[in-house]
Amino acid sequence: MGQKETFIKVLRYIRKYWLYLAASVVMASVTVALTLYFPILTGRVIDLAVKPMQVDFPGVLAILRQMVIVALLTGAAQWIMNVCNNKMTYRIVQDIRNEAFRKIEILPLKYIDGHSYGEVVSRVIADVDQFADGLLMGFTQFFTGVITILGTLAFMLSINVAVTGVVVLVTPLSFFVAGFIAKKTFTMFHLQSQTRGEQTALIEEMVGNQKVVQAFSHEDEALAQFDEINERLGDCSLRAIFFSSLTNPSTRFVNNLVYAGVAVAGALFAIRGGISVGQLSCFLSYANQYTKPFNEISGVVTELQNALACAARIFALIEEKPQVPEPENAAALTDVEGRVELSHVDFSYVPDRKLITDFNLAVKPGQRVAIVGPTGCGKTTVINLLMRFYDVDQGKICVDGADIREVTRKSLRENYGMVLQETWLKAGTIRENIVMGRPDATEEEVIAAAKASHAHSFIKRLSKGYDTVIGEDGGSLSQGQKQLLCITRVMLCLPPMLILDEATSSIDTRTEIRIQKAFATMMKGRTSFIVAHRLSTIREADVILVMKDGNIIEQGNHETLLAKKGFYAGLYESQFAS
Amino acid sequence: MKKLLVYLKDYKKESVCAPLFKMLEAMFELFVPFVMADIIDNGIGEANAGFVLRQGLLLVVLGLVGLACSITAQYFAAKAAVGFSTKLKHALFDHIQGLSFTEIDTLGTSTLITRMTSDVNQVQNGVNMVLRLFLRSPFIVFGAMIMAFLIDVKGALIFAVTIPVLAVVVFGIMIITMPMYKRVQAGLDAVLGATRENLTGARVIRAFHKEEEEIEGFENKSETLANLQLMVGRISALTNPVTYIIINVATVILLYTGAVRVNEAMISQGQVVALVNYMSQILVELIKLANLIIIITKALACANRIESIFEVESSMRWEELAADAPGGVAAKEKAAGGRGGAGRSEFAVEFDHVHLTYEGAGAESLCDIDMKVKRGETVGVIGGTGSGKSSLVHMIPRFYDATKGAVRIDGRDVKSYGIEELRQKIGVVLQKAVLFRGTIRENLLWGNGAATDEELWEALAAAQAKEFVENKEGGLDAPVAQEGRNFSGGQRQRLTIARALVAKPEILILDDSASALDYATDAALRKALKALDWETTVFIVSQRASSLMHADQIIVLEDGEAAGCGTHEELLAGCEVYQEIYYSQYPRT
Repeated sequence: MGQKETFIKVLRYIRKYWLYLAASVVMASVTVALTLYFPILTGRVIDLAVKPMQVDFPGVLAILRQMVIVALLTGAAQWIMNVCNNKMTYRIVQDIRNEAFRKIEILPLKYIDGHSYGEVVSRVIADVDQFADGLLMGFTQFFTGVITILGTLAFMLSINVAVTGVVVLVTPLSFFVAGFIAKKTFTMFHLQSQTRGEQTALIEEMVGNQKVVQAFSHEDEALAQFDEINERLGDCSLRAIFFSSLTNPSTRFVNNLVYAGVAVAGALFAIRGGISVGQLSCFLSYANQYTKPFNEISGVVTELQNALACAARIFALIEEKPQVPEPENAAALTDVEGRVELSHVDFSYVPDRKLITDFNLAVKPGQRVAIVGPTGCGKTTVINLLMRFYDVDQGKICVDGADIREVTRKSLRENYGMVLQETWLKAGTIRENIVMGRPDATEEEVIAAAKASHAHSFIKRLSKGYDTVIGEDGGSLSQGQKQLLCITRVMLCLPPMLILDEATSSIDTRTEIRIQKAFATMMKGRTSFIVAHRLSTIREADVILVMKDGNIIEQGNHETLLAKKGFYAGLYESQFAS
Repeated sequence: MKKLLVYLKDYKKESVCAPLFKMLEAMFELFVPFVMADIIDNGIGEANAGFVLRQGLLLVVLGLVGLACSITAQYFAAKAAVGFSTKLKHALFDHIQGLSFTEIDTLGTSTLITRMTSDVNQVQNGVNMVLRLFLRSPFIVFGAMIMAFLIDVKGALIFAVTIPVLAVVVFGIMIITMPMYKRVQAGLDAVLGATRENLTGARVIRAFHKEEEEIEGFENKSETLANLQLMVGRISALTNPVTYIIINVATVILLYTGAVRVNEAMISQGQVVALVNYMSQILVELIKLANLIIIITKALACANRIESIFEVESSMRWEELAADAPGGVAAKEKAAGGRGGAGRSEFAVEFDHVHLTYEGAGAESLCDIDMKVKRGETVGVIGGTGSGKSSLVHMIPRFYDATKGAVRIDGRDVKSYGIEELRQKIGVVLQKAVLFRGTIRENLLWGNGAATDEELWEALAAAQAKEFVENKEGGLDAPVAQEGRNFSGGQRQRLTIARALVAKPEILILDDSASALDYATDAALRKALKALDWETTVFIVSQRASSLMHADQIIVLEDGEAAGCGTHEELLAGCEVYQEIYYSQYPRT
C-alpha cells in the first residue's frame, strides 16, 4: 500500500469529522496570527514610553486594551483548537478500533491461527494510538509550525528586511547541528538497544527460570554473566545518553547566536534610525520563537511517516478478507438428529501441501466417532472442518443432509457442544463462563451441570463460589480446573452433537474416569466426535479413525482394528507394553 | 526511593556537579536580557556602534560559556544516572537470586522481570532528568524574578504575583488530570484485554456464537475510553491557553507600570524591554517543570516498586557454613561424611511427619507425610493433579520448608545444611524442562563445571539423549536457543535429565520429567538410572503407573495426604486410590 493510498483512506475517516478539522485549522491560523501580533503591540507600547515626562498615556492605554483583548482571543482560539483536535482524534481512534474489532470477529480462523495474537493486538492498540498521535497531532503541529514560520517571516520582513536576513541566514545552523547529532547518536542508540535486548534476554532467562538456577546453585555464574553485559550496557548507555543530550544545549546556543545577531544588527539599524526600539524588541521575541517550529517540524516529518506506516498496518487488518459470507437464503438447522456425512473432502492449510484428500465418512445419529493418531497428525483439522472454522477445499460436509455451507454458521455451531484441549475462559465470574451457551440457565441447572462435570466441588471451595472472578484466560485456576469448567459449559447446553478434543488431557486419570462416566451419559443419543491420545478413553467408540500425516489410514472399531494388526494395533501395544 | 539512593553514593561528585553546572548555565541565560537593556539604553541611546558590537560579542561569549556549562552538566548527569542504574541492576539481580521459591512464587517471575527492565529504565531516566532540570527550572523562574527586582522593585512585584498564579494553574491542572490519566490507562487496558481475549478465544466465541455480544461489549469499552480521554483532554487543553492569557495580561500590566516608571524617570526604556523578556522566560520553564514532575512521579512509582522487591527478604535461613567456624571440626566431619562416612544414618531421605502450607494458601498442601527412604532405593510418587506430588519432592532440596515436622537427609535435618552443600547432593529435574541459551555443553556443565567430555557423554547416554546429540551438527557444541526452543519437548526433557546426572548427585529427583517421552524411551531411561556407576537414591514423580511400578516403594498422594505407601503389589492389593489410578491406565480385561 502506497503512502498516498493510505493517506486517502485516512481522509475517509476524517471526513465524518470535517467540521472539527475545519474549525481546528481556522483556530490554528487565528492563534498563530494573534500570537505574532502581540509582540508588535508590545513594541508599540515600548516606543511610546521612551523618555521621562514624555509618555503618551492615552496612546499606551489604548494599545494595552487591545493587547488584553488579543491575549483573551488567542487563549480562546487555542482552547477551541485543542478541544476540536481532541474530539477528532479520540473519536477517529474509537471508530477505527471498533471497525478493526468487528473485523476480528468475522476474520477466517485461518488468519487468526496464522498471526501471533500479540501482533494483531498491537495493531488494534499501539498502532492506532501512534497513528492518532502522529498523524493528527503531527498534522496540527506541522500546520501551525508552517504558518508560524511564514507569518513570522512576513511580519519580520514588514519591519526590516536586513535584520530578517540575519535570522534567516543563521537559523539553518540549528538544523544542521541537530541533524549532525541525531546522525552521530543513531549508531550509539542502536548499540544501546541491542545491548539492552541482550540483557533483557538474560534477565528473562535467569529470573524467569530462577528455580532451575537455584537448584543448580548457579547464582554466582549467572551474576557474573549479568555483570559483564551490565557493564557493557553502562558504557554504551552513557555515550548514547550523553551525546543525544547535546541536542538541546546546541540548538539553544544557535538560538543565542541568532539572538545576538538580531541584537547587534537591529541596534546598529536603530542607531541610524532604521527601526525603533520597540520594533527591535519585537524582533528579539520573534528570533526566540522562530527556530522552535523548525525543530518541531523536523521531528514531525519522521513522526508522520511512522504514523502512516502504522495506519497502513491497521488498514491491512481492516481490509483483510472476511470469512465466506453466508448465502442470503441460508436456512437455520433445526431439530438436528445428528447425521453427519463427509463426502470426498479435500483440505489443506497451505495450498501446495496436501493434508486431507478424498475423505469419506458417514456417521449415524448417536454414533461415537473417535479420532486417534500421533501428535500433529491432523486430528484437530477434522474438528476445524466440522465446526466450519475452516471450509473444505473440495467435497462437502452435511449435517442431516444439509451442506453446512448452506446453513447459518450460528445454527450449525449451536448444535455442537465443543470442549477443546486449549481451555479458554473469559475474564469474568465462574458463572458467566458456565452460562456462555445458555445465558438463561437457572442456578439449579448451573449447579447440576457443575456436579455432572465434577467441577462443583472445587468451585464451592473458591472464595466466592460461582461468583469468583477469574482473570483473563482463567487466571489462577489450574489447567485441570479450567478444563472442568469448559466441560461444565457444554454440560449445561447439551446440544445434539458433541466434539471433545483432548477434553480431559490435563485431568488426572482418576477424575478423568469419573468425567468419562458423565460424558457417557451425555453422549447417549448424541453424535460425538472424540479426539484423544489416551487410547483407553476411546475404546468404546463406534468408529475409530486412525490418522497419520493428515490422512485417515485406518477406520473401524477397536476390535476390528486390533485384529488388523496395523498402525492402531501398534499404537495400542506401545502404550501397554512395559 | 530513599533506599535506592545508596546506589548514587559513588556518584556524589557527578550528582552535585550536574545541577551546579546547570545552574551556571541558567545564570548566564539570565544575563542576556540585562545585556540587551544595556545595548538599548547605552548603545542605541548614545548611538555608540562600538558599544553595540562589544555587547553583541558579550552575548556570544555568554552563549558559549552557557554551552560549555550545559555540556559538562549533561555529561555528569548521564554518568550519574547510568552508573546508578548499573549498580542498582546488579544489586537487584543479586537480591532476586537470593530469594527462596516461596518469594518467587508470591512475586511472580514476570513481575520480577518488569522490575529489572522497564522499571529500572524509568528510574534511570528520572534520575537523569532530575539532575538536569530540577534545579535549572526553579532557578530560572526565581532568578528572573530576582533580576526583575534588581531592575525595578515595583515592576518586580508583578512577577511576585504572576509566578504563584501560574504555578497554581499549571500544577493544579496537573494534579487534577493525573488520577484521570490513570483511569484512561485502565480503560485502555480493558480495550486491550477484550481484543486479546477475542483472538485467543476465537473458536469458543464462535462456537457459542457470541460475536455480536462481544462486539457490543468492545464498543462499550471503546466508548468509555474515548469519553475518559475527552474528559481529561478538555481539562489539560486548558493549560496552554490559560497560562498564555495570564502571562500576557501580566505583560500588559508590566508595560503599563513600565510606562509609568519611565515617565517618572525611575527606569529606562531598555529596562522595560528586559522586564518583558524576563516575563516570557518564566512560562517556558514552568511548563518544563510541570513535565519534569510527571516524569518524576512516574520514576518514583517505579522506584517504590523496585524498593518493595528489595524489602522482600528470603524467608529461608541457611546455616552459615558451620564447617568454616573455628572449632567446627565436628561439623566439618559431618559435612564431609558424604560417601560411606562412619556413623551415617542408613536412610538417605526421611520425612518425619511433614506438613506444608504454602504462603498465603488456606489449606495444607501436604499433611503428615511420614516415610523413610534407604540409600540407593527408587521411590515412586503418584497421585492426581494437585495432590502434592511436586510439593513433596521439592522439600528435599529445601525449595520450601516444612511448616511442621522435618525432612532429613543422611540423618541430618535439611535446615542444618549450607545451601551449596545440600544442593550439591541433590540433582533436580523440574517439571518444566528449561535449557539456557548457549551450547549443549554449556548447559550440561551447569551440573558440574569441571566435568570432562567423557562424563558429559556418559550422562547423555544414561538420559537417552546421546543419539540425538550425536546427530546434531556440532555435537556438544550445538547451539541452544533461549529456553531451548530449538529442541522438541522430549529432547529438552532428556537434556535436563542429563544436566542433573552430570553432577553425579546422591539423590536424583525426576519431577514428572519424562512425560514427553514415549513408553520405550521411558523404560530405557529407568533401566539406565538403575545401572549408574554411583549410588543414587531416585525419586520419580509421575502420573503414569508404568513409570514407577517397579520402584522399591511408591507413595500414593491424595489431596496432600499419603493414601498409601508400599510396593506396586502391596498397593494394588490394599490401596484403593492406587487401584483406581492403575486400572484407569491398565483397564481390567
